[in-house]
Amino acid sequence: MAVIIDKNTKILIQGFTGKMGTFHAEEMIKYGSNVVGGVTPGKGGQKHLDRPVFNTVKDAVKHTGATASILFVPPAFAADSAMEAADAGIKTCVAIVDGIPSHDMIRIKRYMRRYSKNEKMTLVGPNCAGIISPGKSMLGIMPGHIYKEGKVGIISRSGTLGYEAAEQMKNLGIGISTSVGIGGDPINGSSFRDIIEKFETDDETDAILMIGEIGGPQEVAAGEFAKENMKKPVIGYIAGLTAPKGRVMGHAGAIVSAYGESAVEKVELLKECGVTISKNPSVMGETVKSVLNGKRI
Amino acid sequence: MDIHEYQAKEILSSFGVSVPRGGIVYSPETAENKAREIGGSKWVVKAQIHSGARGKAGGVIVCNSPLEVAQATDKLLGKKLVTNQTGPEGKIVNRIYIEEATDIDKELYLGLVFDRSSESIMVVASTEGGMSVEEIAKEKPESIIRSKIEVAVGIQSFQARELAFGLGIEPELIRRVSETIVGCAKAFSELDATMVEVNPLVISKQKQILALDCKMSFDNNAMFRRDKVSELRDKTQEDEKEVYASDRGLNYVSLDGNIGNIINGAGLAMASMDMIKLAGGEPANFLDVGGGATPEKIVKAFKLITMDKKVKVILVNIFAGINRCDWVAEGIVQALEKIEIKVPLVIRLAGTNVEKGNKILRDSKLNYIEANTLEDAANKAVAALKR
Repeated sequence: MAVIIDKNTKILIQGFTGKMGTFHAEEMIKYGSNVVGGVTPGKGGQKHLDRPVFNTVKDAVKHTGATASILFVPPAFAADSAMEAADAGIKTCVAIVDGIPSHDMIRIKRYMRRYSKNEKMTLVGPNCAGIISPGKSMLGIMPGHIYKEGKVGIISRSGTLGYEAAEQMKNLGIGISTSVGIGGDPINGSSFRDIIEKFETDDETDAILMIGEIGGPQEVAAGEFAKENMKKPVIGYIAGLTAPKGRVMGHAGAIVSAYGESAVEKVELLKECGVTISKNPSVMGETVKSVLNGKRI
Repeated sequence: MDIHEYQAKEILSSFGVSVPRGGIVYSPETAENKAREIGGSKWVVKAQIHSGARGKAGGVIVCNSPLEVAQATDKLLGKKLVTNQTGPEGKIVNRIYIEEATDIDKELYLGLVFDRSSESIMVVASTEGGMSVEEIAKEKPESIIRSKIEVAVGIQSFQARELAFGLGIEPELIRRVSETIVGCAKAFSELDATMVEVNPLVISKQKQILALDCKMSFDNNAMFRRDKVSELRDKTQEDEKEVYASDRGLNYVSLDGNIGNIINGAGLAMASMDMIKLAGGEPANFLDVGGGATPEKIVKAFKLITMDKKVKVILVNIFAGINRCDWVAEGIVQALEKIEIKVPLVIRLAGTNVEKGNKILRDSKLNYIEANTLEDAANKAVAALKR
């Protein structure tokens, strides 16, 4: 099976009957994702998109056997929904929503410490495009058709920059095993390191493209992990060469506030870890190709 | 979101942090009386702008009489102060804080921020107050002590005590310093702050512990539940174009170059700016219209970019996913029926239905330069500049 999700993964939509939830549930179903139902408190017992609606995630899990969920709830309620998913035994939860307060994200992560490693949910996002395993399942909001099936894993903070990479790769005939959008917020559910570790043990992934940006320590932490623990090649790109210090560049987490957080510094630190750097965002696909062909550029 | 020094002081004093007596004025006429009301024989007149390093820029004046306070207020009000944090255009002074002068014995540094590696709140303290934390880290790194707050339970008294003893505070003052640290930590946690800085935190000759200068920043994403904090926003301290953008749901940062750009998605926007730089140009702005790039947002984006007189070329780069290039192209054509563009325009579309999108643009009356890849778009924008 692919890393994190596969064709059979049973998916719940939290915030199922809302406008966003409905639109993206339909897109996911069209792609072939196994959407088994959804949750909207107060609408339990109804049907929506031919699938059952439940009042609580626990009910939904009990009746459908779902193991994954995707959140389309407003930012003010997102922390509560993520914790509800964790408590109901959901294994993978994707939070698409942009605008969750950082204090709430920390609360979610502290709450999840109550679960043992085996029981713990993988939270991806917030403020992200979600997860896609091309040809198998989509647990996200990306345009599925730009992803070709193949053996490269992608991890990206940015949504559209991840699409850009997927399309460049498709044009070069390179496919993707799984693409994970980890989101643009300062505190996120899964880091580059968390996901890169999953790719290292995934039989269907040969190489990993990491698309980072300014701000925070996560790209370098993943690079250090790769240097110590990984055999698969890692390719990296860091956006924000021209970003001024101390300014938030769209993503709440894209701000340089300490040494090692600027694009230039991250690139240097990643090179020291043996990561092959794509010198600009126009050649992410070509850089992956040359690494797959055994050339280091 | 940033607030003024006097607002941060009001908030922190409600959490048990002591600050010197003071008051805010908006005119020189009221300054003299305010000084008398505060009392004492020496005052400090402080320009309220959203920036540190105000002292070096002439924004802090020590006065020896209420008359001098009025004169200093008159001198500062309406002036633009340029510090190393404001950029060359500076920030306008509309409010003056008058404070009784403090006899300083020792200056300490106290700051609280999110630590992104440990995902907790980090307290940073140093005996070298008065300098910026970057300067302290560079010149006296050994003076810095840190403590991580476990967010689930909040700061504990022992942590505040350890920090206070770590700063070499004399025993009879430990309690007051600890209370100050605890107060700042509570304000941070309870008000969705992202930064609290007291610099300097002083020990006066009369053995008082006083927060002499305070800064606070808050999480924009949490303002929906912080009505009182969001009321403290002062738009006169923000870039005019950035206020225009944030009021319209656009992510915009004003920069120094002359290539204006309109992009969907923050990461792609940063990447496009990087390509402009690599092609030999300089971006005039960062502008993310959101992943969806709706026609409404594109109209607003063009309006915003055309407000910026520095802009000599406009580069549009949209990666359309579910929203489709043909729909985005129609949005661009409609937008430009309403807004006149006097500078060269480079458009690069990518993603779903790119051929259809480009055909709509070509068939329209639009005068533009078509680009295919990110690199092509940046090169064409820079070339258009040189023409």
